[in-house]
Amino acid sequence: MEGDLAYIGAGLAGMGTGIAALGVGNVAANFLAGALRNPSAAASQTATLFIGIAFAEALGIFSFLVALLLMFAV
Amino acid sequence: MGKLFFYVALALVLVSGIIFGSPDGKLAIHPMDQFTVEPFFGGAHVGLFTVTNVTLWMALAIAAIAAILVMGTARRSIVPSRSQSVAELAYGFVYKMVEDVAGKDAVKFFPYIFTVFMFIVTSNFLGLIPMSFTTTSHFAVTGVLALVVFVAITVTGFVLHGAKFLALFWVSSAPLPLRPVLALIEVISYFVRPVSLCIRLAGNIMAGHAVLKVFAGFAGALGAASFLPIFAISAFYALEVLVAFIQAYVFTILTCVYLKDALHPSH
Amino acid sequence: MASNSHDTSHEAGHAHDAAHGAVDAAHGAHDVAHGASGMPQLDFSTYGNQIFWLLVTLVVIFMILSRVALPRIAAILSERQGAITNDLAAAEDLKSKALEAENAYNQALADARAEAQRIAAQARAEIQADLDVAIAKADADIAAKAAESEKAIAEIQAGAVESIKLVATDTAKALVTALGGKADAKAVAAAVTAKMEG
Repeated sequence: MEGDLAYIGAGLAGMGTGIAALGVGNVAANFLAGALRNPSAAASQTATLFIGIAFAEALGIFSFLVALLLMFAV
Repeated sequence: MGKLFFYVALALVLVSGIIFGSPDGKLAIHPMDQFTVEPFFGGAHVGLFTVTNVTLWMALAIAAIAAILVMGTARRSIVPSRSQSVAELAYGFVYKMVEDVAGKDAVKFFPYIFTVFMFIVTSNFLGLIPMSFTTTSHFAVTGVLALVVFVAITVTGFVLHGAKFLALFWVSSAPLPLRPVLALIEVISYFVRPVSLCIRLAGNIMAGHAVLKVFAGFAGALGAASFLPIFAISAFYALEVLVAFIQAYVFTILTCVYLKDALHPSH
Repeated sequence: MASNSHDTSHEAGHAHDAAHGAVDAAHGAHDVAHGASGMPQLDFSTYGNQIFWLLVTLVVIFMILSRVALPRIAAILSERQGAITNDLAAAEDLKSKALEAENAYNQALADARAEAQRIAAQARAEIQADLDVAIAKADADIAAKAAESEKAIAEIQAGAVESIKLVATDTAKALVTALGGKADAKAVAAAVTAKMEG
C-alpha cells in the first residue's frame, strides 16, 4: 500500500517536469519576441537565453528527481 | 537515391523488429540498468580502486580528448585540418565564453574551465554511443564536478577580496529593512548553486537515456509494429545529441557566471 | 517497494517478484547482486570508486591540456595571426613596389618622349640649315642672273636710245632741209638731245 502511494506521488511529481517545460517555453518565446524586434541585439544575448533556460529547467529536473526517488528509493 | 535509402532503412527496421521483438510480447523495460556501476574484470565488489566501467569510459574520454586536442593539432598547420579545426573551435568557444561572461581577468582560470568543459562534453557524447556507460549521469560524478567548481570559486573570492566577498550577499541597493531577508535568500541561493549544477547535468543526461531505454522496451514488445518506437528513438536521439552539448555549455557558462561573482562581488 | 530496500533476503525478493512481475524480477536480481536500490545513482557503495576515478581523470585531462594541448593551440592561433599580419604587410609592400614601378615607367615614357622631341627638333634644325644654304645659293644665283639680265636690258635700252637719237637727228635734219633751211648738224644734234632729255 505504501509503495502504491509512492507511485502516485511519483506521478504527481512528474507533472512538475511538464510545468517546468512551460517555463522553458516562456523564456524561449520571450527571447524570440525580443529578438525579432531587435535582431541586432539577439546574438549577444544567447548566453543569457541559455542561462535562463537552465534555471527554469533545473526546477523541472528537481521534480523529476523527486519522482525517481519516490519510485526507486522510498 | 534518398528515397531508396529510406525504404531500405524502413525494411531493416521492420525486419529487426520481427527478429528481435520479444517473443512473448511482454513489456520488459529496465531504464535504470544502463547506469549500473560494475567491475570491469568480473566480480561483484566495487572497492575504491576497483577498475569498473566508470574507469573504462573515463579512460576513453581522456583518449578522445587527447586524440582531438593533442593528435589533431600535431601538425600545427596554418591552414587547419578537420580535427585541428575542431580543437581550435573548442578552444575559441570556451575562451570567448570565459572572456565575455566572466571578464578579461578570468582568463587565467581558462585551463580549469576548459578541462571541466572538455570532460563533460566528451563524456556526454561518448554516453550516446549505444551500449555505452554515461559517467555524467551519476550524481557522484557531477556532484564532485559541481563541488570542485563551488569550492574553487568560493576560495578564489575570499582570497581576492577577503571579508569584502561577503558583500555579495548584502544587497546594498535594497531598502535597509529588507536587506537581512535578502541576505538570507542570497546565502541560500549561493549554496543551492552546486546542488543545481550537479542535479541539472546528471538529471538531464539520466532522463534522456532512460527515455531512450523506455522506447527501446516498447520496440521490444511491439514486434512488427516496433518501427514506431524506433522512429521515436531516432528523433529523441537527435534531441539528446543537442542536450549533450547544451548541458556541457550550460555547466560551463554557469561556472563563468559564478566566477564573475567571485572576481567582482559588489552587487 | 520492499524488494528495493536494502539487504532483503533472497527468498523475500523472490516472493515479492512473484507479486510484481518481470520488471521487479530484474531489479530483484540486480539488488541481490549489488545490494543497492533500484537507482544505481543512489548506490552509495560505488561513490568512492567513481569519485576516485573522476579525480584521476580530471587531473590527467588537466595535465594533458595545460602541458601540451593549450600551449600548442595558443601557439597555432598566434602563429596564424602573425602569418596573416605578415601577409598583409607583404601585400602592402608589393603594392608600394608596383606603384614605384608604375612611376618609373611613366618617368621613362616621359624621358623617351622628350628625347624624341629633341631629336626631331635637331633634325628639323639641320634640314632648315641645309634649306637656308640652298635658298641662299638659289637667291644668289637668281640675283646674279637678274643682274646680268638687267645689264643686258640696260645695254639694249642704251642702244635703243642711241638709235632713237640718230633717227631723230636724221629725221630733224631731213625735216629742216625739206623746209628749206640749211641744216646745221651741230645745232640739230643739240636740239634733239635737249628735247630727248626734256
